[in-house]
Amino acid sequence: MAKTTAAPVNLGPVPPTPTTAGSSPRRRKRISLTVQYAVFVIVVAAVALQVDWAAVQEHFLDLGVARETFPDLLTVALRNTVLYTLGGYVLGFLLGLVLALMRLSSVPLHRWTALLYIEIFRGLPALVIFLVIGFGIPVAFPGFALPGGIYGQVALALGLVAAAYMAETFRAGIQAVPKGQLESARCLGMSHTRAMVSIVVPQALRIVVPPLTNELVLLFKDSSLAFVLGVTAATTELAKFGSDVAADQADSTPLVVAGLGYLLITVPLGILVRRLESRRAERG
Amino acid sequence: MATARPAVEVAGLHKSYGGLDVLKGVDLSVAAGEVVCVIGPSGSGKSTLLRCVNLLEEPTAGVVLVDGVRLNHPDTDLDAARRRMGMVFQMFNLFPHLTVLGNVTIAQRRVLKRDRAEAERVGRDCLARVGVEDKADAYPAQLSGGQQQRVAIARALAMNPSVMLFDEPTSALDPELVGEVLTVIRDLGTDGMTMLVVTHEMAFARDVADRVVFMDAGVIVEEGLPSQVIDDPRHERTRTFLHRVLGPQGSVGPGTTSTGRTHEYH
Repeated sequence: MAKTTAAPVNLGPVPPTPTTAGSSPRRRKRISLTVQYAVFVIVVAAVALQVDWAAVQEHFLDLGVARETFPDLLTVALRNTVLYTLGGYVLGFLLGLVLALMRLSSVPLHRWTALLYIEIFRGLPALVIFLVIGFGIPVAFPGFALPGGIYGQVALALGLVAAAYMAETFRAGIQAVPKGQLESARCLGMSHTRAMVSIVVPQALRIVVPPLTNELVLLFKDSSLAFVLGVTAATTELAKFGSDVAADQADSTPLVVAGLGYLLITVPLGILVRRLESRRAERG
Repeated sequence: MATARPAVEVAGLHKSYGGLDVLKGVDLSVAAGEVVCVIGPSGSGKSTLLRCVNLLEEPTAGVVLVDGVRLNHPDTDLDAARRRMGMVFQMFNLFPHLTVLGNVTIAQRRVLKRDRAEAERVGRDCLARVGVEDKADAYPAQLSGGQQQRVAIARALAMNPSVMLFDEPTSALDPELVGEVLTVIRDLGTDGMTMLVVTHEMAFARDVADRVVFMDAGVIVEEGLPSQVIDDPRHERTRTFLHRVLGPQGSVGPGTTSTGRTHEYH
């Protein structure tokens, strides 16, 4: 606590500023950046010069062929892609939340079941899940048809895969809610389940909105696996639609257009995720 | 003051974590309407004692009775028993996703099954009682620490508890906000609420408590009237603690706290 009067401190002679002749750190950084830009431009130019642009335009960017894909590209293919994805997402969301709660349960049976599920469905390729749904279920349960036909099948396959990933996301979100929240809810007489539903999960959901939006982007792309279940002209989705029209026209332009259809959805979602994340960072 | 049956009764309470004994046989009873302040150095087990009273921590051994109901018994409906006890935490623990009114109504609606109008009426009454009725529509993050802690008290009061437990309710507050929270707690005591308060505020304990309990190393070292325990401690350990907390002059002037800060909480 004793205050000392500030006395002038003798630091001795001021040492000379350390400079290397001709190359200050700032100068070196500028040279390094210039080199990086130069290399980038050279690589892009070299690749561009090698491309046969006339062939590319004919096979990939034929506007006449591109026009042929409309309006079915939007009214059928994109629409179905969105329906498949949302179906899978809703299913994955609900199942994932249940799995996360089971994973955090005090009952060993719940924990082990959830862990087994997550390990299996996260470890298998989505293609395998689609094949099991499409060809395994009819064999195992003769006469049983999933509600919604192909839509139900795709939603189930996507949902089963997504649930495994979402369960881990939800678990991280739930664990990020301070322990005091559950304690004060229990002190108000809430049961464990009630406290989770009313207090902990709503807060966890806010935390996991950005990663869950990323999961939606991944599902959009995985919905292209619907083709293994045998889609018709009415139930086709973007990737299958693009490759079918491309085969018809003997031109790859429809594939490019279909690809743009995915970006039409995923790029805005990506921007949304970054917005949400920076908003979260600002709030601290 | 003592009625036939104590509001809170703790007997032979032991709590250990692994090999670490935090509570080593605590006996304590709080009569209905009594205000008991628990003081002691950090690590003495006073917060653990409080957390054992509402079974946030499962006692390793011993008995916890609240209103004559044995809490640490497998057949006890703990959720029902906890409804009769209000708990106020050091870190407030308000629900950040709910408004102030949401915080004071959610348990009434989900646990007591009161309808919205009834829950909001009770909630607003409790907010008025702690002086934050004008903040009903604000979110916790928009409130000062003192306001948050008062909302936390209102949230507990909304469940009509017969006992209130306070776990260092002012330790996380900026010094200038301590007074407003202590005033609310003191008024509760004046209104006859049974309270068990773990605190470092010696002036408050002296002023408000009917009885002061000094804990050290997992046991109750001494207890008695505030004037006796704080001003004229019998045990060396109590004297050492108070000496360290209050400074060399060793006395508690009106409005002086453990850290020598001065508060106005009247």
